[in-house]
Amino acid sequence: MITLQGRGVSPGVACAPLVRLGAPVVTSAADPVGADPEHERVRVGEALAAVAADLSARAEEADGEIADILTTTAAMALDPSLLAGAGEHVARGVPTGHAVTLAIEGFCTQLDALGGYMAERVTDLRDVGHRAAAHLAGVPMPGVPAPGHPVVLAARDLAPADTAGLGPDVVALVTEQGGPTSHTAILARSRGLPAVVGCAGIADLAEGTMVLVDGSSGEVRPDPPAECRTAARVLEPEADTPGATADGHRVALLANIGTVDDARAAAATPTEGVGLFRTEFLFLDRRTRPDVAEQTRTYADVLRAFGDRRVVVRTLDAGSDKPVPFLPLGDEENPALGVRGLRTAGRFPDVLDDQLAALAAAAAAAGREVDVMAPMVATAEEAERFADRARAHGLSRVGVMIEVPAAALRAREVMEVVDFVSIGTNDLGQYTMAADRTAGELGDLLDPWQPALLDLVALVGDAGRLRGRPVGVCGEAAADPLLAAVLVGLGVGSLSMAPVSRAAVHARLARHTVADCAHLADLARASRTAAEARRGVEAST
Amino acid sequence: MSTRTVTVASTVGLHARPAATFTRAAAGAGVPVTIAVAGKDPVNAASMLSVMTLGVEHGQEVTLAAEGEGADEALDALVELLATDLG
Repeated sequence: MITLQGRGVSPGVACAPLVRLGAPVVTSAADPVGADPEHERVRVGEALAAVAADLSARAEEADGEIADILTTTAAMALDPSLLAGAGEHVARGVPTGHAVTLAIEGFCTQLDALGGYMAERVTDLRDVGHRAAAHLAGVPMPGVPAPGHPVVLAARDLAPADTAGLGPDVVALVTEQGGPTSHTAILARSRGLPAVVGCAGIADLAEGTMVLVDGSSGEVRPDPPAECRTAARVLEPEADTPGATADGHRVALLANIGTVDDARAAAATPTEGVGLFRTEFLFLDRRTRPDVAEQTRTYADVLRAFGDRRVVVRTLDAGSDKPVPFLPLGDEENPALGVRGLRTAGRFPDVLDDQLAALAAAAAAAGREVDVMAPMVATAEEAERFADRARAHGLSRVGVMIEVPAAALRAREVMEVVDFVSIGTNDLGQYTMAADRTAGELGDLLDPWQPALLDLVALVGDAGRLRGRPVGVCGEAAADPLLAAVLVGLGVGSLSMAPVSRAAVHARLARHTVADCAHLADLARASRTAAEARRGVEAST
Repeated sequence: MSTRTVTVASTVGLHARPAATFTRAAAGAGVPVTIAVAGKDPVNAASMLSVMTLGVEHGQEVTLAAEGEGADEALDALVELLATDLG
């Protein structure tokens, strides 16, 4: 059978039978109609009650925020207007399961029209509909399968809520949609699962087909030869020395983390520290703002976990794709270009001040330094305002993310007012190429090997050398071993990635001198396309 | 018919969770209650999904209405709930 090609977004190789994320029961107006409408209406009520009971039971087993989401979804299933709406469709002779679908879709249309947070609840509500339809049809509830043996999980795409139920049976992920910075990709890397996204062909494979998934090359091979079938997950052994080039030039290989649990897991690896602590994970889905005391405890736990290793904390990066319930930012026509990142501090200055105060207190409590940086900075003036504010709180090592092309172009001016910068290649790529990160079909434009993106990284690297300021990269580009060598050649001094990617990057850098890296960087920048850049660099190593 | 108009204090407006809290209380009010915002038809205050479709934001005014015995007491209790931050 022909090998399928997707986009490898989380390294590693796994071989296991394919299962699908509970394909939802599809209802149709042509389904058989129950004999007695009154009886069918009772069945709808029973099905919705069963769905609510199941979601509530799951909530009991889940942690705080996930439990909250499941409880709220259970409440949707018990909505009297939903039941009444479905009942009206049944009375008009619509097949029972389809009556539920129509009632659900009626609400979905209205929520969708509201946009933003409400539109995102459509996924939760449809899930209620799928579960009710399954109950009515007498088939198993959709959801993440847990067959008791290793499986490769295939899905159209994975919603954050799906990921709550990922058990240890799942050894790799393959999705039809999604790009390199989709939720699936980020989740997979954080869990160390090989993953391939944007693999349309996976939809045609039968469940139970043995597949070999290569999360680096993006290949998905159905019915691989026998010797692959016994292959467990193959990951490179962890290198326990600091990252360095063949000629001994140190390149700190840092970890991206989002929670205290991530911090503890990463601290147990040989990583040199944290290059990106995404603090929004403390805020997303929180109905109320965590106060200074709570934030201080969390930050101090993270700082203590890393002893004297460097920890770079990014202040709250809320906005477009990361709505925080207690920051009412409203709807925007172009949220990726709207009030997000540091820009939210204009409207909610207290949130930033609380965070800076908590970081300063946490550093004092842990008896160590902390690096703090702001996301979504466009100008040197913004960088200076942030630096002044952070220093006023007693924080001495202040930096900014370079994610906006304007900040990369004016990196020299930005570096006059901060101590370090960190390039977020995902957003810098999206803004440079004017290509939405969440649009799977624009994946080629979002390829971190795009020469235009590398040109901007080079500008920042040059500015770093001129001003004597460290330049890091904390986007997904840092996790691609070959591209990591190119980034070092462009003047990048630290790379931050999911801890699972560190070994491969470590091994690759150890094979090249700094001069080699500079040569690879020249080769990549001399290319016309991203594919040409990758091929050219591959061919010369 | 009794009515009350109140400004929603919930900092996130009537998002899913605050809507769930409010509709639970409305369902237990003993009389049918409706909730409306300017420009939209009143909806069943005991229906979380209907309340969500109003898209009520922080600081927005809503009008509650109920009829029958105990309507005033029920509305007062619900007004008090909406005037507090449901989170």
